[in-house]
Amino acid sequence: MTDVQFPASLEAIRRRREDPNRVGHGGHGSGGPILGAGHGKTGPATKRIIVGYGFWIFLLSDIVMFSCFFATYAVLQGATAGGPGIRQIVDLPRVEWETACLLASSFTCGLSFAASNAKNILWTQVFLVITGLLGLAFVLLELQEFVALAHQGFTPQRSGFLTAFFSLVGTHGIHVAGGLLWLGTMLAQVQVKGFRPEIMHRLICFNLFWHALDIVWVGIFTIVYLLGSIT
Amino acid sequence: MSDIELRQPVSAEDHWPDHAPGDEPNDSPGHWIRSYLMGLGLATLLTVASFWAASAHPVWGPALPVALIVLAIAQMGIHLVFFLHVTTGPDNTNNVLALAFGVMVVALVVLGSIWIMNHLSHNMMPTDQLIQMQM
Repeated sequence: MTDVQFPASLEAIRRRREDPNRVGHGGHGSGGPILGAGHGKTGPATKRIIVGYGFWIFLLSDIVMFSCFFATYAVLQGATAGGPGIRQIVDLPRVEWETACLLASSFTCGLSFAASNAKNILWTQVFLVITGLLGLAFVLLELQEFVALAHQGFTPQRSGFLTAFFSLVGTHGIHVAGGLLWLGTMLAQVQVKGFRPEIMHRLICFNLFWHALDIVWVGIFTIVYLLGSIT
Repeated sequence: MSDIELRQPVSAEDHWPDHAPGDEPNDSPGHWIRSYLMGLGLATLLTVASFWAASAHPVWGPALPVALIVLAIAQMGIHLVFFLHVTTGPDNTNNVLALAFGVMVVALVVLGSIWIMNHLSHNMMPTDQLIQMQM
């Protein structure tokens, strides 16, 4: 695998720990991996798969957190306390623009990942920048919506329904804003460090994060805005 | 120089020993781009269908929420397959199992909350009778 060998004692420790009864190999002195020593037929998964799996677990826990906000919203939807209901505050054209921005950014994020796999720095950066601009447009549209609502006196303190609305939509917005920061650091890392394995792993995680945000937004625009507009 | 010799310096294993062989995906960029184009097309279709259904009311009123939720779940599936690349392959079994567990927790939290909160006063006496008893 490499020219670098373990010192003999370290190698012995490694072998004893991985294969205490020495059932995994017949010969001695080979530096290769011990196949069939409790790792299944193909040996351990590659780092790429393990990193993706770990981040996937985090994303699922994030989605579970969002489900709590969704549940809160569903329960408190009618608790308007004489204030506005969802029907009065929903602005479908803005939601259409937000959805278009986020879906397009998900697509360009995927294209940047395709360019990363082809080891093309220029196109990776170009598509990452487009992804960031679309994400920024989304955040600004949402901010504009919140400010417009606040000007009408519809703040989170007004009613239980508005609290649930702002926390659900706002948490997603904060995630997108955090994703934008992450995207900025990825731009710098790709530029300075190139496509080293750990940078590729971070790009994988960023892609998973960005696509997962789009999935959560599908839930929000359906449950909050579209169902709200027809009630 | 043969093609293999030309390609070797750019392969990651030569430079970074912690990078296991086979860690690089073998798929060409075309494979990825096709997948993302497919995802974008289907997701756009479902999004447009959702917004159109909400504004044009093409189906019987009470069925509209069900239609919108079905469209949303379909779109989440499209995102999972074409953007997040959740597949049935052997390197994806753990991801699929974790996803199934996540879906179960989400369903328990959302449906359970709605169910409980809508039946809080299920076994309680109606308010008007309660007032009569006190009088």
